[in-house]
Amino acid sequence: MSGMVEKRGIGTWLTHAGLILGIAIICFPIWIAFVASTVTQDDLIRPPMPLLPGPHFFDNYLEALLTGGVAPVWQMLLNSLVMALGITIGKIIISLLSAYAIVYFKFRFRMLFFWLIFMTLMLPVEVRIVPTYEVVASLGLLNSYTGLILPLIASATATFLFRQLFMTIPDELTEAARVDGAGPIRFFIDILLPMSRTNIAALFVILFIYGWNQYLWPLLITTDPSMNTVVMGIKQMLPTGDQTVEWPVIMATAMLAMLPPVLVVIGMQKLFVKGLVESEK
Amino acid sequence: MAEIKLEAIRKSYGRTEVIHGIDAEISDGEFIVIVGPSGCGKSTLLRMVAGLETITSGDIHIGDRVVNKLEPRERDIAMVFQNYALYPHMSVFDNMAYGLKIANVPKAEILARVNEAARMLELEPYLDRKPRQLSGGQRQRVAMGRAIVRKPAVFLFDEPLSNLDAKLRVQMRLEIKALQRKLGVTAMYVTHDQVEAMTLADRMIVMNAGVAEQVGAPLEVYANPATLFVAGFIGSPPMNVLSHDIRPGRGPLDPGAVIGVRPEHIDLVAPGAGLIDFDVAFCEPLGAETLVHGVTAAGDKLVVRIDGGVQLPADGTRVGLAIDPARILAFDAAGRRTEI
Repeated sequence: MSGMVEKRGIGTWLTHAGLILGIAIICFPIWIAFVASTVTQDDLIRPPMPLLPGPHFFDNYLEALLTGGVAPVWQMLLNSLVMALGITIGKIIISLLSAYAIVYFKFRFRMLFFWLIFMTLMLPVEVRIVPTYEVVASLGLLNSYTGLILPLIASATATFLFRQLFMTIPDELTEAARVDGAGPIRFFIDILLPMSRTNIAALFVILFIYGWNQYLWPLLITTDPSMNTVVMGIKQMLPTGDQTVEWPVIMATAMLAMLPPVLVVIGMQKLFVKGLVESEK
Repeated sequence: MAEIKLEAIRKSYGRTEVIHGIDAEISDGEFIVIVGPSGCGKSTLLRMVAGLETITSGDIHIGDRVVNKLEPRERDIAMVFQNYALYPHMSVFDNMAYGLKIANVPKAEILARVNEAARMLELEPYLDRKPRQLSGGQRQRVAMGRAIVRKPAVFLFDEPLSNLDAKLRVQMRLEIKALQRKLGVTAMYVTHDQVEAMTLADRMIVMNAGVAEQVGAPLEVYANPATLFVAGFIGSPPMNVLSHDIRPGRGPLDPGAVIGVRPEHIDLVAPGAGLIDFDVAFCEPLGAETLVHGVTAAGDKLVVRIDGGVQLPADGTRVGLAIDPARILAFDAAGRRTEI
């Protein structure tokens, strides 16, 4: 081991150079997008393409936030946030409860229900989008947060994950809680929830990004621009036909749309990694 | 404080009956140990008393109530589990206080009771720690503390020492006994370790294959085993079993019947001077005592326990075995004790 740490030769430099090059390649498009969001449209379309940030950062971002495309970006960001949080929190609550029922309660057709939930893994939104749209439309949920969130809220993956977690919790712990006098709901709140918190954090990150990046479903059910989400909003800002477009504004919108998932990942990084790596028994 | 009465307790899983009718009366403040090999139903019996397993038939009384249908928390019991079953996300204090919090005991009283238990178990410096920051022995103490603070009528122990190393096990064994004496609470203790059973019990229930083979005080059970199983299970090394009667002036045993004699009731003498001769196979010197293993001419294997200071017989030599005939126990073909 010490030999590996002590090694300071050309090999180390080469490895680092390789890594830096790789990171540069991956980050380059994002850098270009950032640069494009800080210059004017004229600067941008005149070759050569600028590679260093320009002075119009605030102009472009303010325009994007307050005017945007069909709707101001702040509103679309808010819609995205509500939808992503709704999907994330809803999914976590529902899958925690269903996993709790499947693991801890003996009822008729328990395994049938488990497999029913599991089978929905094979039916992502895209596959069932027409019947789902039909149901949502006939319930009058088009252009509403409920309509955006509800159809995406059931999650077989999360249910399965919590089921596996609960199954690793020793029976004796459940029995100790029973002897201590904890009923089912108390046990769930006092024992199971705290013991699942790292997994909940990991799922929160994954599901938030899943919810934030939803494109097809919001595109389908929101006709009112004030209900647009930011991911579909970017697409709608793109030129159709002969329209001229403000690329710097679109790039500013893209940068803004990228921000919340990044913040969530950074904010929950510690718990997220803990949840994926460690099982604390 | 309470008596426990078990009346014809049976337990079946589907069609398989695992406990075949157990009767026992445990008096107030008594320490009773249920001992038996793995799979004999001893833990199941304890869990039925705790209310963690349903009772197929029979009645369990705790105090003056029949508790068959009651939830564990309504039975006024506390249980210590084999793996301690501490809540990993709670501090030692919260682990001990959890049951009281649920029972809506006032905060000040919880604090007083937990501190009292922590003082008794020498856990005071660890109250803020999480279970994973404790050693095995300390976790065991927390599990006991959790039982103590509830001031139950009955303590139930399910093999609480089997995860500890040998030295700690002896130490905790003494602590458990001292604690139970001090609190005067009725205790039921399940173990597969006959040494634990002998040292802890006021009375013990020796179980085998879902049946209580014998109930009695440890020394009484040791001296007067009711069945061949008990004779073999209680005592280490186990009782010697011979298929040929070696008592003077006796005819052959009935088919399947055997006689037994404890290793410490045999003395080594010159060949031909004892009841029977045997060839020494090997010796196990343990310091204070030595176990001499050998085979009789009839093919019965025997172990003799002699003092550690005595000159060891060489392997392969023939020696005589002097046995007081009054120490010899007889068992019939079904393994039941028969009179001489």
